[in-house]
Amino acid sequence: MLEARDLIAYRGDRAVAHAARLDLVEGEHLALLGPNGAGKSSLVLGLATLVRTGGELRYRGAPIVDADSYRRKVAVVFQRPLLLDRSVRENAGLGLALRGVGRRERDARADSELARLGVGHLADRSAAALSGGEAQRVSIARALAIDPEILFLDEPFSALDAPTRETLIADLARVLRERGVTTVMVTHDRDEALSLADRIGVVMKGELRQLGTAEAVFGMPADPEIAAFVGVENVIPARVERATDELTSLRIADQRVEITEPPPPGDDFPLLCIRPDDIVISRTPASTSARNSFTARIVRLEPIGRRTRLVLDCGFPLIAHVTRQSAREMDLRVDERVVATFKATVPHLLPRIRH
Amino acid sequence: MDLILQGIGGALAKLAALDPDVLDAAVASLVVSGAATALAVVTGVPLGTLVGLTRFRGRRLLLSLVNTGMGLPPVVVGLFVVVFLWRSGALGDLDWYCTRQGMVIAQYFLAAPTVIGLTAIALQNTDPLLRMQLLSLGASRWQAAWLLIRESRLLVLGAVIAGFGAVISEVGASQMVGCNVKGDTRILTTAITLETSKGEFGSAFALAFILLGIIFVLTALTTFAQQRRPVA
Repeated sequence: MLEARDLIAYRGDRAVAHAARLDLVEGEHLALLGPNGAGKSSLVLGLATLVRTGGELRYRGAPIVDADSYRRKVAVVFQRPLLLDRSVRENAGLGLALRGVGRRERDARADSELARLGVGHLADRSAAALSGGEAQRVSIARALAIDPEILFLDEPFSALDAPTRETLIADLARVLRERGVTTVMVTHDRDEALSLADRIGVVMKGELRQLGTAEAVFGMPADPEIAAFVGVENVIPARVERATDELTSLRIADQRVEITEPPPPGDDFPLLCIRPDDIVISRTPASTSARNSFTARIVRLEPIGRRTRLVLDCGFPLIAHVTRQSAREMDLRVDERVVATFKATVPHLLPRIRH
Repeated sequence: MDLILQGIGGALAKLAALDPDVLDAAVASLVVSGAATALAVVTGVPLGTLVGLTRFRGRRLLLSLVNTGMGLPPVVVGLFVVVFLWRSGALGDLDWYCTRQGMVIAQYFLAAPTVIGLTAIALQNTDPLLRMQLLSLGASRWQAAWLLIRESRLLVLGAVIAGFGAVISEVGASQMVGCNVKGDTRILTTAITLETSKGEFGSAFALAFILLGIIFVLTALTTFAQQRRPVA
């Protein structure tokens, strides 16, 4: 539906974001994930032709020549609601008014979208009197009222408090499912990306570095920086000892690790990536099919939300997560010994970055 | 103090009696300054919007000229306009020297820089993302500019009030270009100058209070329009 090749987004004269290749499939929900300042908003504004771009951008197979005409087929919701100093209904119908739609039809469609977003009762109110969450709902209703072929969402929840954000994400996920509108969403929040997206693109340092399903991006990050960003806290230098068709044996410090993934071609010193949630902690060696089991000393215990983060020393540093309830029931304490276990199918290997 | 009280009394008496000289001067003031302000708004708001919203070569120089224009001495403007309207001047064929049209031109050059400069500041201070949002909703550049002017209406109306205030109260340019012809180009400010020079302070105060009254009523009406909020 939308194809970008070597797309460069500029802010002023400065190139701030680049995507070598990005194909948007009709009906899909794509999240562009990355840390603050990574260039993901600039990239989405480039895709919406709201900033100057270089490279190639094609819509439904044809290069975009008339940006005004293309922009009338898409809609953008920004981080802030950016409502005009008018009534809620007039704001929701603004895109339709700009397309010359008559007042009666405009109001009906605006009211329908406002109701869908749960703010129908506010239609006659002044937009200036809305709370942040209500205003963002109106902003989304305004975008949906024009029935866009592509909806771009530029961190629409980041200015909202947590409870408001959670309910709005749930409502938006429902509305996007109902409408089936093709969506590109920018976020720095992994949970938001997972809640709303079919595919995830990771933008770091102005570059679209990886694009794939959530499983691929979170399970097989393309490089150590992406791994760190998507929560793969264990990125451990290893040495390939032996590789067969079934297993790869790796040496890490004095320990041997066996995994099913083959080593990167020509790289005998890859990086082993393991998500902390994929490591099982027990008091005694567990009798399981898992091929990797290490006795470890607990170096540190850190509560994080509803989980506890364990920093372990098993000859090499390893980070694991357990629920706070498990930590309590196992009575885990610093300097005590535990057993850390993970399956051979869990880790992912990355080529070592060489400078 | 007596003179001031006498002036207020005189003003009320002249208004009650519908003094033709006062009415002529008041009407001339409103017509000339109103027309000059209207022209300044028609040309100045679009130009101010252009300067405020776009970046082009020479923009800073243009803004500096506009800002200089906001402090133009009326007599200097009057001098230039007189030279142009003089019978042998570039616009002498118009025969607008000592006419209200000539005064409108002079006052236009006093009001326009204020309207352009303050409109540019107002538009420059709008949220750049709001402009992007309007374009993303399908607005053409003209539609987006118009919506941004409406969003900035408090400040744009402030620019109009300031422009009108600058010309309704000026005397130098109007005196030089209009020649202070009784019943035609004599406006309230030039009439006050004349009455004061004759030592007719009571009459001068009366005219001054009428001028102040007009300025107050018009700016109050504009301020009410400016501060009006949409439906709550």
